[in-house]
Amino acid sequence: MLKIWSMKKEQQKAENAAGAESGGKKKKVTAAQLRVQKDLSELSLGSTMKTEFPDPDDILNFILYIEPDEGMYKGGKFSFTFNITPNFPHEPPKVQCREKIYHPNIDLEGKVCLNILREDWKPVLNLNAVIVGLQFLFLEPNASDPLNKEAAEDLRSNREGFKRNVRTAMSGGTVKGQTYERVVQ
Amino acid sequence: MSSPEVLPDSEAKRWKYLNNVRTRPGAFVDPEEFDGSTVVENMNKIKILVIGAGGLGCEILKNLALSGFKDISVIDMDTIDISNLNRQFLFRHADVGKFKAEVAAKFVERRVKGVKITPYNCKIQDFDEDFYQQFQIVVCGLDSIEARRWINATLVNMASCENPDSMKPLIDGGTEGFKGQARVILPTMGSCIECQLDMHAPRAAVPLCTLASIPRQPEHCIEWAHVIAWDKEKPFPQLDKDDPEHITWLYQKALERAKEFNISGVTYSLTQGVVKNIIPAIAATNSVIAAACCNEALKIASSCAPFLGTPGEGEPNYMMYSGNDSIYTYTFKHEQKEDCPVCGMTARVLKVNPKWTLEELIESFATLPEAQLKKPSVRAEGKTLYMQLPPNLEEQTRPNLEKTLEQLGLTEGTELAVTDPAFVGVVFNFSLKFA
Repeated sequence: MLKIWSMKKEQQKAENAAGAESGGKKKKVTAAQLRVQKDLSELSLGSTMKTEFPDPDDILNFILYIEPDEGMYKGGKFSFTFNITPNFPHEPPKVQCREKIYHPNIDLEGKVCLNILREDWKPVLNLNAVIVGLQFLFLEPNASDPLNKEAAEDLRSNREGFKRNVRTAMSGGTVKGQTYERVVQ
Repeated sequence: MSSPEVLPDSEAKRWKYLNNVRTRPGAFVDPEEFDGSTVVENMNKIKILVIGAGGLGCEILKNLALSGFKDISVIDMDTIDISNLNRQFLFRHADVGKFKAEVAAKFVERRVKGVKITPYNCKIQDFDEDFYQQFQIVVCGLDSIEARRWINATLVNMASCENPDSMKPLIDGGTEGFKGQARVILPTMGSCIECQLDMHAPRAAVPLCTLASIPRQPEHCIEWAHVIAWDKEKPFPQLDKDDPEHITWLYQKALERAKEFNISGVTYSLTQGVVKNIIPAIAATNSVIAAACCNEALKIASSCAPFLGTPGEGEPNYMMYSGNDSIYTYTFKHEQKEDCPVCGMTARVLKVNPKWTLEELIESFATLPEAQLKKPSVRAEGKTLYMQLPPNLEEQTRPNLEKTLEQLGLTEGTELAVTDPAFVGVVFNFSLKFA
């Protein structure tokens, strides 16, 4: 035990010389918050996306709004809750769509099938990657990863019909017995 | 069933061989520097903390008691489950449902005379630094990365230059099936658990759409019940993975789905295993890893031999063990990460006037020779002071710029995390000192 203490004393001498001394009780920012701060300050949202922080002190919970300016979902306004656990970036953020929408890769409860939100998440990925991924889902809905099986089937078999269904659903209409939320202004 | 009392004929005889080892200098110890006559007395005074009283914890408690530690504490929030009994040998059938820490402590106290074990039936997060300050060594036998990161951050944060006693060696054991690791962390003096986070493989997950549309395995059906059906139907307000009623609900749902897709193999115990992410535990792996951890504790406490994690060029701090294919171990040095968010950035002391506004503080960053930050974003723990991005957060935090540091509730010792787009991936760390 004594040996470690003397080694620590050696090290502290060197550090004191470098000007690192502490005053009072330390209150350190946690690793997850630090990483989210880094990610947020490098975020490039562009003109189609906006964030909302219900509590600005809690940067682990926020809402992302996406308003696609091209593609089949153009004109809609979609929102996603981001819930980042203290185990970030070891665990991916939990992301859920708040509106009931007609999309092959988003189910009626708002669950999103995006590989980097689950099986392909790696701690080197950041919030920007997730946000780009979400934006991409609206530009290129993907019939081979279906969460809403009917929507995926429509997209695969009849692209024009799928487009019409998207318009109907986005304006609050009913597609195949399901009534969707109005997401156009 | 109570265990028979096993008492050695004399206490002296019981400790004879241990004392031979710990009171004599080992082959790699300078005999001039080692004083064997004080070892027993010193070790009798050491307070050692064991975190976790499960598979590893039972082994660790037994080993430490037999290694001559006299004042042991143990924390575990869990109660004993019948499935623990095959390897958690301090527990008996009659103990099912009781707290692990309590039962384990009593058992070892009964078997090893002269040892005091203090149990805490709670979470590690229930205690603060003042609690952890009383121990000299911490040994972890945990199964969660989150708990490891928490205790690591706490111990690193406590290590202060002024007080060498605040430096608590952290010995961490971990096992998964036939694999395991033992490592020693000397907070701030070397690589920490956060530096080594990439050593943990993330849990393998199945794509959500596979679960939703084309399940192929019984596990897919269970995961479907767990992540999709549960959220949709919410049979109980909150999923409690230890509640048999909740697991039964998931099991029934998974079974229905398996039937629909002609998949066999969904059972109650598989459901429990998938939902709780249970990896089969091998008793022998636990004992190998626990033995390695406790050897390090004995060496650190007695200095009778060099220990894993000894600071210095090329000195190893990590032992990996694999029993998957014969027996293989490899001991190496995991380097400290310069940009580690927990131990990498010693906070620079920043002398400030509490009457300064946040804006004045931020402007001062531009003239700091080591930083010269043009567009800094600033946060403290749980408090967003000013963020340049995203635009909405900038707007929300802009009113803070006019407030003084005092008004913002900043006190001496508060650490500020500062980021700037000009320094991608870098966080500057400042510790406030009022002048």
